[in-house]
Amino acid sequence: MGLAFDIAHMLAGLMVLAGLMMLYQDRLYPLLHVLALQAFLLALSVAWQAHLQDAPHLYITAVIALGFKAIFIPWALRKMVFRLGIHREIEPVVGTGLTMLAGMGLVALSLEVMLPVTAHADPVSRQDIALALSIVLIGLLLMVTRRNAVSQVVGFLAIDNGISLAATGAQGMPLVVEISVAFSILVAFIVIGIFLFRIRERFDTVDVEALDRFRGERR
Amino acid sequence: MIGPFLVQAGQMALVLLAAPLLTGLVRKVKARVQRRRGASVLQPYRDLRRLLSKEIVLAHNASWLFRTAPYLIFALTWVAAALIPTFATGLIFSWTGDLIAIIALLGAARFLLALAGMDIGTSFGGIGASREVMIASLAEPAMLMIILSLALIAGSTQLSTIAAFMLSPEAGLRVSLALSLLAFVVVALAENARIPVDNPATHLELTMVHEAMVLEYSGRHLAMIELAASLKLLVMISTMACIFFPFGLVTGDAGAGRYLIGIGVYLLKLAIAGTVLGCFEMSIAKMRVFRVPNLLGGALMLGLLATLLLFVSVGL
Repeated sequence: MGLAFDIAHMLAGLMVLAGLMMLYQDRLYPLLHVLALQAFLLALSVAWQAHLQDAPHLYITAVIALGFKAIFIPWALRKMVFRLGIHREIEPVVGTGLTMLAGMGLVALSLEVMLPVTAHADPVSRQDIALALSIVLIGLLLMVTRRNAVSQVVGFLAIDNGISLAATGAQGMPLVVEISVAFSILVAFIVIGIFLFRIRERFDTVDVEALDRFRGERR
Repeated sequence: MIGPFLVQAGQMALVLLAAPLLTGLVRKVKARVQRRRGASVLQPYRDLRRLLSKEIVLAHNASWLFRTAPYLIFALTWVAAALIPTFATGLIFSWTGDLIAIIALLGAARFLLALAGMDIGTSFGGIGASREVMIASLAEPAMLMIILSLALIAGSTQLSTIAAFMLSPEAGLRVSLALSLLAFVVVALAENARIPVDNPATHLELTMVHEAMVLEYSGRHLAMIELAASLKLLVMISTMACIFFPFGLVTGDAGAGRYLIGIGVYLLKLAIAGTVLGCFEMSIAKMRVFRVPNLLGGALMLGLLATLLLFVSVGL
């Protein structure tokens, strides 16, 4: 199999690990640090793919991942958390153990689904796609289990990291798509940021349970 | 025939001599990080000598179990230390040097310690024993998960075979190994009652685990227990060194010089691990007892993830 596969597998596996670390974290700043770590690993992974596929435009994708996802967005989220005044809050996480177990189940599920489906592809992109699906599912799980709106944004960005990993694993992804995806993430991020402040103004909290109460839903 | 015997005897003497030094080194590093001068690294030897010459104070209701447990704990831990290839794999007991056997030996020692803690009937002993058993019941599944993933990679649970595999270029760069190493570090910290789980330097009622169980011991009994605790730290570090960093390990027959180099490399590994442990302990705070299950659950998850990812890297 060789070193090429080992390094790609190592980076993708560490991204999955970062996803599980997000499920474990119950404070906001460390959560953002883990998000930055995951995006940094994504940048490394994309750069390695660029080297393997001999595709120079993937280096640009790697730089975008590093600049936007690993540095700019975590930094902006950090400022936002600070301005919202929730930087010392500990989020009530429902059953870390159970959530982690569910996360492991999702990893197993995505391996079980993806490995047979991609039987004829080459090993590097096969494992990239399988692990990318598990990162996406873990991001979804994070969005479902958290009540704090900022954590949900982090889950959304984790999903994007997973999708980028899958996209670069598949050969022949045009640069235009990469750049437009990066910009759409940025736009979504700005919109979410404005919404966060609106929610905060209206309800004095970013706990999304307040929205349920506002709609008159019973728990 | 005489070669393996000499190596085995040398190893048993070496681990016994090096264990207090390791404990002393960790204490020294912690003191230096706190900008204290700290006791000499030889202090644990002096403590042991002092304890051995002191008389034993026994509670009235202490049974035979309380008196024999320290020797048994020490013996079990020493046997476990003797089975690990520290500087050479050609040990006479190499065929029994199985990871599961070593964990079972340590588990038996822990069982005896918990029994002895409860024997006197003081409340501290009971608290310590119940906490210790709680931690053990969480740490051991994680340990078995790590062993499982290692066995899947190397094709054996025997330490000398695993070390030989790790030395061969076949081992490569595997994410499962990195995850196992991380989980192993967490489990080793919990097993040795080190800082995020228990603080070895305190006697605060609310937090102590290991110290609470041995509170009633004195004299040579306490010396045996302290030595066993040092040996256990050495066992964990040596196992980690043997599995994940087997450089400099002497395999097969070699000259005396090669063995000396092997011993030197092993002591260097111990020194590095002790320094890292000391710095790590000073940089984090102790956890609440009720957060320990989360930490050890995390280690179990890491082991599980390592095993899962193996299906990708081996199955393709």
